Amino acid sequence: MAEILQLVIAGLATGAIYALAAIGFTLLWQTSQTINFAQGEFVMLPAFFALVAMNWFGWPFWLSCLVAILVSVLLLGMVFKVIVVDPMLKQGVLPLVISTIALGLLLREGAKDFYSAEAQPFPYIFPDRQVSVLGVQLSLSQIGVLLIALAVIAALQLFLSRTRTGRQMQATAQNPTVARILGVPVERMILYTFIINAALAAMASLLISPIYLAKFSNGEHLGLAAFVAAIVGGFNQVRGAIAGGLLVGVIDNLAAAYVSTGYRQSVPLILLVLFILFRPQGLLGRREERAV
Amino acid sequence: MSRSALRWSLGLVLLGLVLVFVPVNLTDYGLPYPGLKRYGTYIMTLWLVTAVAAMGVNLIVGYSGQETLAQAAFLGIGAYTTALLTKAGIPFGLAFAASGLLAFVVGILLGIPALRVQKHYLAFVTLAFAVMAWLVFRNEQWLTGGVMGLSGIKRPVVFGINTRPFLTFYWFVLAVTAILTFCMWWMLRSPWGRAFTALRENPVRAESLGIDVRLYKLLTFAIGSAYGGFAGALYAPLVEFIDPSPFALSQSFLYLLMVVVGGAGSFLGPFVGAAIAVLLPEWLRFTETYYLLIYAFLVMLLMAFCPGGIVALVLRLKAALLPKAGKVQP
Amino acid sequence: MTSVLDVKNLSRAFGGLQAVRDVSFEVQEGEILGIIGPNGSGKSTLFNCILGQLVPDEGEVRVDGQVVTGLRPSELNRRGVSRTFQLLQVFPQLSVRENLILAGQEHRGSRLRRLFGPRDAGLTPDANRMIDFFRLGHLAEEKAGGLSYGQQKLLDAAMAFMAGPRLVLLDEPAGGVNLTMLASLKERLQAINAETRATFVVIEHNMEFVMSLCTRILVLAEGRLIAAGTPGEIRSNPDVIEAYLGH
Repeated sequence: MAEILQLVIAGLATGAIYALAAIGFTLLWQTSQTINFAQGEFVMLPAFFALVAMNWFGWPFWLSCLVAILVSVLLLGMVFKVIVVDPMLKQGVLPLVISTIALGLLLREGAKDFYSAEAQPFPYIFPDRQVSVLGVQLSLSQIGVLLIALAVIAALQLFLSRTRTGRQMQATAQNPTVARILGVPVERMILYTFIINAALAAMASLLISPIYLAKFSNGEHLGLAAFVAAIVGGFNQVRGAIAGGLLVGVIDNLAAAYVSTGYRQSVPLILLVLFILFRPQGLLGRREERAV
Repeated sequence: MSRSALRWSLGLVLLGLVLVFVPVNLTDYGLPYPGLKRYGTYIMTLWLVTAVAAMGVNLIVGYSGQETLAQAAFLGIGAYTTALLTKAGIPFGLAFAASGLLAFVVGILLGIPALRVQKHYLAFVTLAFAVMAWLVFRNEQWLTGGVMGLSGIKRPVVFGINTRPFLTFYWFVLAVTAILTFCMWWMLRSPWGRAFTALRENPVRAESLGIDVRLYKLLTFAIGSAYGGFAGALYAPLVEFIDPSPFALSQSFLYLLMVVVGGAGSFLGPFVGAAIAVLLPEWLRFTETYYLLIYAFLVMLLMAFCPGGIVALVLRLKAALLPKAGKVQP
Repeated sequence: MTSVLDVKNLSRAFGGLQAVRDVSFEVQEGEILGIIGPNGSGKSTLFNCILGQLVPDEGEVRVDGQVVTGLRPSELNRRGVSRTFQLLQVFPQLSVRENLILAGQEHRGSRLRRLFGPRDAGLTPDANRMIDFFRLGHLAEEKAGGLSYGQQKLLDAAMAFMAGPRLVLLDEPAGGVNLTMLASLKERLQAINAETRATFVVIEHNMEFVMSLCTRILVLAEGRLIAAGTPGEIRSNPDVIEAYLGH
């Protein structure tokens, strides 16, 4: 029992990180119909920004993390929107999908060629120490990760629901055409979404890299986790993405313990297929009208 | 025969002759053409195999407007099926048919749930399937040999001719590719092709004209996947040894990229895209590990400036250089 | 005799908004029925529920006595129900003839026969007849996208008749069409109705067009059926005038 509890807590910690990636993915889809197939690489890369700052420039860890977040917001948020997405929007969905796939490839190969093909150790933000609470071994680091991720999510939710800009963003996400008629500066809101996505991805990167190590090929697993979390959550709901992320994290960790190593990667995917079969609207989504 | 039909048939015969004789050393016949060596012929054969798989992706992506991220997995299904069956002594023809059929059936099974719901769900379902298929290829050692792979895959004997020599095998693959290309062309010019155009351009209107959009989408996905299976059935005897790596998710992404790079929705697109995908690593060999980086960058440039791919780019250039030729049907 | 279209107690809501409430009516063979009503009165929702584009919350739709509620639009079409759309919906990159063949091909033989059979599914003569009937003869080979708006509208209507339908639902056929074209459209619709005994249901804003085309008219307001009768009766019905001018 204690073991399962430990696994669940570890799962919630990684799940909260997946949720960060899934929220950004969902927001991008809602506001600009962009399915970002490079989302996994967006979570892989910021850790390398921090590593570059630390190991090439010799900056302290906290500063490197800050720099990583800023560089991500700039490159993966603004530059991504202006250089990759904007010119593509008028070309239709497929070219944009292809372009994000190519971008994912570019980022992955870039991290490999310009930094290293080897997995890089990444410092823990919290001490990697175990404490015992009522007979359950808890890792301080995991609790810290969980708390930070939940705090970020809570802050985002507050921003979206309590501030004027946040509500305008939500209006844009729900229906850009109506939002535009109501006087919402839709273009600026879409830019904010990209910035938020990049910031969330950077947070996720800094939190997950101590656990998984920073490696150029991490994007595949992280991207899959984010897709599954977003779809399981209902694809167009921020709350859904959070629930989906936590669920995928817990299942991922339980699978790591109880499913043979060869197939543990497939467990979240089976979850995805089950949801598409039996609950395509997701955990919190509502049934949609017939597509055709 | 009308003049345009005559031109077409002449062109096709000429193209056929070129493709048949490209690897052959013609110096013995007094022509100053040395032909291709073993490696060059291998690359040509690989191009044909890749083009068959890409034709399938083009049917799914270019003609019926869906997204598949599992073509490499279907290639794997075909390759392992053919390898296992031929090693068990079953004739290649049957193994080839079984490979396509299995990919078709799996395509139907994946498509039914995915096409019930939102537009992009087929992409996600195929993504999940691609990873799972790869896990099976890697883990089920008793069947697939795991990471050690399967070796000693024999090239078939066709009508008493052993295709073991590389040139003979090239001609064999060329013939099969020609047949599969003809089948694809026939389907696209039949009423089915008209229905594909309709459901891609305007599914609501297509549905109102009695076109069962869901069924046609399912069929295109399954047939396109079957082309992946056929390509795999040719790939296994080409390389004579298979392991899971060419069937990984990242390879499926590359199949999708090559079709769009060539020109999605254009009949020649997959052939052009496959040529780029097979030849570019050869041309960019001097860049060593940077090859994929450069490729990805070029794809993004192409998408930004000419989303119709290289075929559209060439037509555009032709129209710009020869204003009159631009009016001829592409 | 069973009616061609029989709608019973149809209701459909969107969230809190009751778009169609408890609408019932029948249409007899050969009839041209008009449905009118102010904007937002539920005409389009009613149409979409009948045509399988939307699933009604309650009620039943029968075609020739058979329940078709909840069938998908393509199944409904293959049972002889065809339609036109409010906004033009031809396929611009196909020729006029190809558009017509497309509109008929799913009714010809089995899907497998169509794959192996001739490219036009044997429909070229039918398509040519339809082209002549709608006086598009000189345009048969033109891409539909290159036609004038009125010509595309004629083609759109012609496509609805390619499969020899029992029942045709026309969604604002007169919208955006100039007067000459309008007269020719109306005259063609009446001719085809007389010739094939096909039954029509028409949603229309253009009162003059509806009054002169239809034999019977239903009036919708706020999702409810408030009046039914011949054009003359509708013209003098105080409820109708109230619904249009009242609010």
